[in-house]
Amino acid sequence: MTDYNFAYLDEQTKRMIRRAILKGIAIPGYQVPFAAREMPMPYGWGTGGVQVSAACLTPDDTFKVIDQGADDTTNAVSIRKFFQRTAQVATTERTREATVIQTRHRIPEEPLTEDQILVYQVPIPEPLRFLEPRETETRKMHSLEEYGLMHVKLYEDIARHGHIATSYAYPVKVEGRYVMDPSPIPKFDNPKLEMAAIQLFGAGREQRIYAIPPFTKVVSLDFEDHPFDPSKADHPCDLCGSELSYLDEVIIDDAGGRMFVCSDTDFCAGRQAEGHRGRLSPQPDAETTP
Amino acid sequence: MTPLLSVRDLRKTYGPRVGCTDVSFDLYPGEVMGIVGESGSGKSTLLSCLAGHLDPDEGTVVYDTRDRGRVDTRSMSEPARRMLGRTDWAFVHQNPRDGLRMSVSAGGNVGERLMAVGARHYGDIRDSALDWLGRVEIEADRIDDRPRAFSGGMQQRLQIARNLVTGPRLVFMDEPTGGLDVSVQARLLDLMRGLVREMGLSAIIVTHDLAVVRLLADRLMVMKSGQVVEAGLTDQVLDDPQHAYTQLLVSSVLQV
Repeated sequence: MTDYNFAYLDEQTKRMIRRAILKGIAIPGYQVPFAAREMPMPYGWGTGGVQVSAACLTPDDTFKVIDQGADDTTNAVSIRKFFQRTAQVATTERTREATVIQTRHRIPEEPLTEDQILVYQVPIPEPLRFLEPRETETRKMHSLEEYGLMHVKLYEDIARHGHIATSYAYPVKVEGRYVMDPSPIPKFDNPKLEMAAIQLFGAGREQRIYAIPPFTKVVSLDFEDHPFDPSKADHPCDLCGSELSYLDEVIIDDAGGRMFVCSDTDFCAGRQAEGHRGRLSPQPDAETTP
Repeated sequence: MTPLLSVRDLRKTYGPRVGCTDVSFDLYPGEVMGIVGESGSGKSTLLSCLAGHLDPDEGTVVYDTRDRGRVDTRSMSEPARRMLGRTDWAFVHQNPRDGLRMSVSAGGNVGERLMAVGARHYGDIRDSALDWLGRVEIEADRIDDRPRAFSGGMQQRLQIARNLVTGPRLVFMDEPTGGLDVSVQARLLDLMRGLVREMGLSAIIVTHDLAVVRLLADRLMVMKSGQVVEAGLTDQVLDDPQHAYTQLLVSSVLQV
């Protein structure tokens, strides 16, 4: 396919996005406005992430896409195919082998390295959106560092539920300055935001890019007497037996049967290949029985 | 004694129309001043200019801050002015909907100003919210209800609690009893008088209700067409009005 420029976007657009990315890295957590383009996919399907990925990819890169941790969901498959076709880059499902990883709602279980870039798809970049509807006001609050309102949300959680019930898109403070929405990742993933890889966040509809440089201090907001708790379902994975990974709950019949599986498919498959087994793994004996 | 707030030659125009002009006065600590006048006389414009919500065209508003002494609030940086608005000042709106977050519980409303100045202990925040709800006569079991579920009088009292929780020294009130029925008004006035005396607050109260100023204010300014036409001690102005407009105002009060 030679009709497309490399990675779909024209060079001037990529240049504009790279400038926004550099500014975002220079000011960790700050939402940089950029002129998001129309992409050949609907808003909400990762138009922001795709544009950031397109600006980061080089012909030598290996690209991986995950959606809720899985490599095989519609969103992940279509974005992977999109770049296979428009950039002819190598793709992979293995976290370790990828140089650019685009993600929706998860951080891979396997720790990332300095050589990798993690690109998030962000639906709503403004953490104060549902507390203060005026964009002019939220921008002023960011610039004057007036973040008391963010704690009002957590206060309301405790008053109503007895604990901080916010379980995803849990607000964080980056490098002691900007309060940031880490995109709808589960709060289980929040501690992993302090990592070696570059993290870039792209919001296409809202036309914002922000970033966390490697090894940046990221603190989840909390109260002194209600500290942050990165919780997950209290089960091991039913396929690989891992007790440390984030789990999806899957309903398997109409009689209340359910199973818990790793949401990170690559992590789970890797462990199964190493011989780990969970409660519902196929038994080696059973497979040979006719 | 240094005045808490000194206003000199304040002027605000909306294009060719005059909002208020030539307003000068001093407000001393612990003093309550009333501003009365008919609708459109520039009372609310004046109050907004004093509280920093509007930028006046001319004049100075000098406030005696706790840490830096007397400062012209117009030349303050915006973060400093907003900080002042959250800590040392309070603004009670006529309509509690403007001053409250309607989708946040009563406790959260009271706690917001505490969290805005750095309180990060849930138990402490809740204790002071409970304390303040008690002081404005709202039952403790309503702490997790949203202001929507409150009556008009309760909403107004909640707004007062939310404003006073950081221990301000200067309170701006814009028609605090407007829209309430008389018995609720009486209760609210009683409460406000108690709080003002107990906390030693200075206050500027804008109203068109002469009974409110008679009860609360030490001093009175009468405004008409954007200008102060008469000023003095409340009882003096109301009992012996000099200006024709003040005489009209005093004689227009309905007697039961």
